[in-house]
Amino acid sequence: MSRTIDDVVSPTQTNTIPADISGQMLDLDEDDDFEVFSKDSTLADGSMFNASMQTSPGSMVNQCKFEEDEDGDSKDIFITVDNPESHVTAIETFITYRVLTKTTRSEFDNSEYEVRRRYQDFHWLKGKLEEAHSTLIVHPLPEKFVVKGMVERFNGDFIETRRKALHKFLNRIADHPILSCSEDFKVFLSAQAWELTTYKKQGPGFLSRMGETVRAVANSVRGVKNRPEEFTAIQEYVEDFSNKISSLDKVTQRIVKEQKEYLEELKEYGPTYTLWSGSEEELAEQLKGVAGCIERCCQETEEQVGHLSDTLVPVLHEYVLCAETLKAVLRRRDNIQAEFEAKNEALATKKVDRDAESSDLGFVWGSLLGKNPEEARHQRQERLDGEIEELKVEIDKLEDRVEWANNALKGDWVRWQRSMRGDLKSAFLSTAEKNVDYYEKCLAVWETFLLSQRTEPSEETDRDNTS
Amino acid sequence: MVEIEKGTSLLRKMEISVAEAEKRTGKNTVNMQEIYTVYLIETRPVDALTEGITPDSLWRRYSEFELLRNYLLVTYPFVVVAPLPEKRAEIVWHKLSADNMDPDFVERRRVGLENFLLRVASHPVLCNDNIFYIFLTEVRNHLLIFNLSVFFLQADSRLKAVNAAFRVKNPDGRFTELKHYSDELQTVLSQLLRVRARVADRLYGVYKVHGNYGRVFSEWSAIEKEMGDGLQSAGHHMDAYAASVDDILEEEEHYADQLKEYLFYTDALRAVCRKHELTQFELEMVALDLACKKQQKEELVTGTVRTFSLKGMTSKLFGQETAEQREAKLQVLEQQLEEGEEAVKEKNTESDEFVKTAWVDIERFKDQKDRDLKEALISYAVMQISMCKKGIQVWTNAKECFNKM
Repeated sequence: MSRTIDDVVSPTQTNTIPADISGQMLDLDEDDDFEVFSKDSTLADGSMFNASMQTSPGSMVNQCKFEEDEDGDSKDIFITVDNPESHVTAIETFITYRVLTKTTRSEFDNSEYEVRRRYQDFHWLKGKLEEAHSTLIVHPLPEKFVVKGMVERFNGDFIETRRKALHKFLNRIADHPILSCSEDFKVFLSAQAWELTTYKKQGPGFLSRMGETVRAVANSVRGVKNRPEEFTAIQEYVEDFSNKISSLDKVTQRIVKEQKEYLEELKEYGPTYTLWSGSEEELAEQLKGVAGCIERCCQETEEQVGHLSDTLVPVLHEYVLCAETLKAVLRRRDNIQAEFEAKNEALATKKVDRDAESSDLGFVWGSLLGKNPEEARHQRQERLDGEIEELKVEIDKLEDRVEWANNALKGDWVRWQRSMRGDLKSAFLSTAEKNVDYYEKCLAVWETFLLSQRTEPSEETDRDNTS
Repeated sequence: MVEIEKGTSLLRKMEISVAEAEKRTGKNTVNMQEIYTVYLIETRPVDALTEGITPDSLWRRYSEFELLRNYLLVTYPFVVVAPLPEKRAEIVWHKLSADNMDPDFVERRRVGLENFLLRVASHPVLCNDNIFYIFLTEVRNHLLIFNLSVFFLQADSRLKAVNAAFRVKNPDGRFTELKHYSDELQTVLSQLLRVRARVADRLYGVYKVHGNYGRVFSEWSAIEKEMGDGLQSAGHHMDAYAASVDDILEEEEHYADQLKEYLFYTDALRAVCRKHELTQFELEMVALDLACKKQQKEELVTGTVRTFSLKGMTSKLFGQETAEQREAKLQVLEQQLEEGEEAVKEKNTESDEFVKTAWVDIERFKDQKDRDLKEALISYAVMQISMCKKGIQVWTNAKECFNKM
């Protein structure tokens, strides 16, 4: 029996698991948050690790745990990504980031870890997590390459943007009740560079991974026949959401561009008033005042654009990537169901075969070779029965797998929606607040100027209004 | 928009306005059909304000205003004559409003023409001019146009003379300074107006792109349950924000027009300076001529030839003149000297008069300019404040909506 994708839990074969797991398991039993799910990653019996655990009644309880997990009080792992450094070797130049972990979780030997990781390592981690939990929603990584313009990989802004995104990526995983218990995650956070390299080399070989990929493609070509309505609804939503969030991403980037061009012109505007003041006597002071106001507004505009670029743009971009992740997750769920459906069809065919009156070629040959037709038929029946039994076992497993995948996705979907709402709401709120702040500051600048010019504000206003 | 001194005689008697603009078609000088705009000049006696008496009115087109202004320039060379609004829309922030037929342009021109008439009517000297009065009130103006055109043709050649390049030895320092000032002002105001137009263009872009937020929020709200309401109303505020820029920039156009008026005033300033140079030049020419004549007399009397002249050469070659010839020449010279002295005295008086009256008007102009531009800068600050207040309101509202998401 070949292993399905979800059976791969390579960590169990390495040496990074503490010898005495039993103690840990006891601990985890007492700890509500990690009741069942943490058992995934620490089970020694890797091949039998599968869906059956998760579809037990106990797992239903754990679905509810998704919601309880959200408050920050229970946070017991803190990760920061900072301190980018450039490394030069004979072959290449690359950037590593410091990953600092502080935790009280008992599956970690120490309470603090400091390691250096490069983008490749993050990419590996994401791949492993998606392999192990194909229908969970893993927060996206920043893109590998940036096509826009000629952005160098080693440009300061680019590195900073990436660093922030990597920081968010790890923290999202840490917040996830299932993903944060992944052994790969733990190794990523704690292993020294050479340890990680060794660790990465384990796992299914290239050929078996190819086999899995081929099967996945075959499944997606076959397509799923009876997708539950709720997943179709989710898929339609994801399509729409993807379009909207891409539009917002583009609109916001356009605003940043226009605002920057506005700023450029504004920078030339103020000095013109200063130039003019040089030719005037009575008006000189006033003109310089106006120039000063415009310059201060320039500074505020610069800050506002910066805020937009730092706060709203990255979040929108992240959710553009999220939309793609969601589409992939839905596809994978469909594939799991498709495989199950395929096997069901195969079973039905086999049953038909078994029950059919033979015009089986094999039977004919058998009779030609002198086999007793009655005996041949009986042999054939037995063979088919055996195959049917095997198929039934497989199908049972696949059915469990489908149910587990669906439940995992449903739970994570609720969770994702909540954090999407939270993230986008806070990003837009922050933008609106900054804009209010911007206008308030500019208002103060001009009002101060006006005060210095007038003796009686109300009288002036009246005259202005009638002219 | 303009601070007009109501004290001058004409405005005490009548109210002047340019009330409307209309399109007309007609044949032009080369007998081709053309479309042009005419403006309605309305005048009304001041004390009849309350009685609902309809004002007198007549229609005039832009070229007639130009005729009037040229007449004033030539007739009162010591006056800094108010400028007309642009003939063609030049420094614009939005490409659309570059069209002469564009209603916004026509409207702003109407305001500019009214402003011009009010400036002239409030000028202590110009307001008493008869031709100006006829311009405002006389309907049967064919004769006027004919006279003005003839006058203008004559005046044109005088204007050309004024504009011709010549060298003045001793110009009044104040006028030289004034010329420099008007050159500087022209340069800096042109630059200011250009940059302001570019800034306005960019600001327009920023606001309008936010309109896209409105559209996308609205679409997005349709697929969300909890966030739907918040998004939908936030979208409306984004639309309002995008729309608000039109009024903001329209107001700023008035500010730009105020600056433009003073940009065009620099031409009038330069014209006065040039007129001074012309009178000064004429004085210098006349004085030079007198000096020459004096020298000739001296040579004739003493018999010495100090300067090279053909006469001198020929007399050396062909002998001196007779005493009678000399006597005759002397008499002619004496006559010329007398005339010359008169001419110099006249020119001196003319020049002094000009400098005196011109400088009075220049001081008047400077005060007017300082006052007007001070007001303009204050109104600009007020506009900026209004824009900021609108921004605060919109984004505060949007923030409320985002909070509900």
